[in-house]
Amino acid sequence: MQPYGYGLSSSQRLDAVFAALADPTRRAILARLASGQASVLELAKPFNMSQPAVSKHLKVLERAGLISRGRDAQRRPSRLEARPLAEATAWLAGYREFWERNFRNLDNLLEELKREDKRIRRAKRQRSTK
Amino acid sequence: MNAKDTFKLTASGDREIIMTRVFDAPRKLVFDTLTKPEFVNRWLLGPDGWTMPICQIDLKVGGAYRYVWRHDTKGTEMSVGGIYREIAPPERVVHTEKFEQAWYPGEAIVTTVLTEQSGRTTLTCTILYDSRETRDTVFKSGMERGVVASYDRLESILTEHAAK
Repeated sequence: MQPYGYGLSSSQRLDAVFAALADPTRRAILARLASGQASVLELAKPFNMSQPAVSKHLKVLERAGLISRGRDAQRRPSRLEARPLAEATAWLAGYREFWERNFRNLDNLLEELKREDKRIRRAKRQRSTK
Repeated sequence: MNAKDTFKLTASGDREIIMTRVFDAPRKLVFDTLTKPEFVNRWLLGPDGWTMPICQIDLKVGGAYRYVWRHDTKGTEMSVGGIYREIAPPERVVHTEKFEQAWYPGEAIVTTVLTEQSGRTTLTCTILYDSRETRDTVFKSGMERGVVASYDRLESILTEHAAK
């Protein structure tokens, strides 16, 4: 087994991680591996994919360091590697926190503006009925 | 679903980040809060302690905007600016985004789209970095510091991305 991110610089590695995560099938494979290791055959079945197609996705995930493959020549089970995934999501988590906070501010501002809008319309109505 | 729980953030491909969020307001109002300086400086603030003393918006194609944030006690400043490329009220705005701090190279193009359904507005914001290198720099600094940093140190990284 190669150490994670073998042969890649840190920015290339992160690039590989995000490219790997951009594909929904690969995200689904990672989700499956989160509940335990699996062979190509075991992965192919639920995803309704050919084994070569699954192998191709596994290669991308392995290169990104997101999974490792067992030595067993027959099964070569894939296993989730948590660290690079955690590093990549830590960045997104920071970004997320920043925007969640801003959007909550925006919710409050919108509520305030809606109330103001209602008040103005009510005042106009009252004037016109006088 | 409560509008507050609808926030989604994903990295897409090599150069993009996509955010979506639902607001419980008509899109005309949401559009105003994204494009009028008297509103932008009331919500686009990030962590506690930051204010936006300068918020300039010239809302026309080719017009510029500039935001400057300041930390109340530390006095640290962050600034971002750009040019409007497309403006189609109340549904779409495209602008460039460039941070003035030297440690942030390159530019991004930010596309904001608003759709309205039953009085609620969905905001979709796509941030496209000009190159893989720019996004890598943003990711790398965010990642390296983000993993080890306390919230206090994180804020400077997060504020880099504060442009709308």
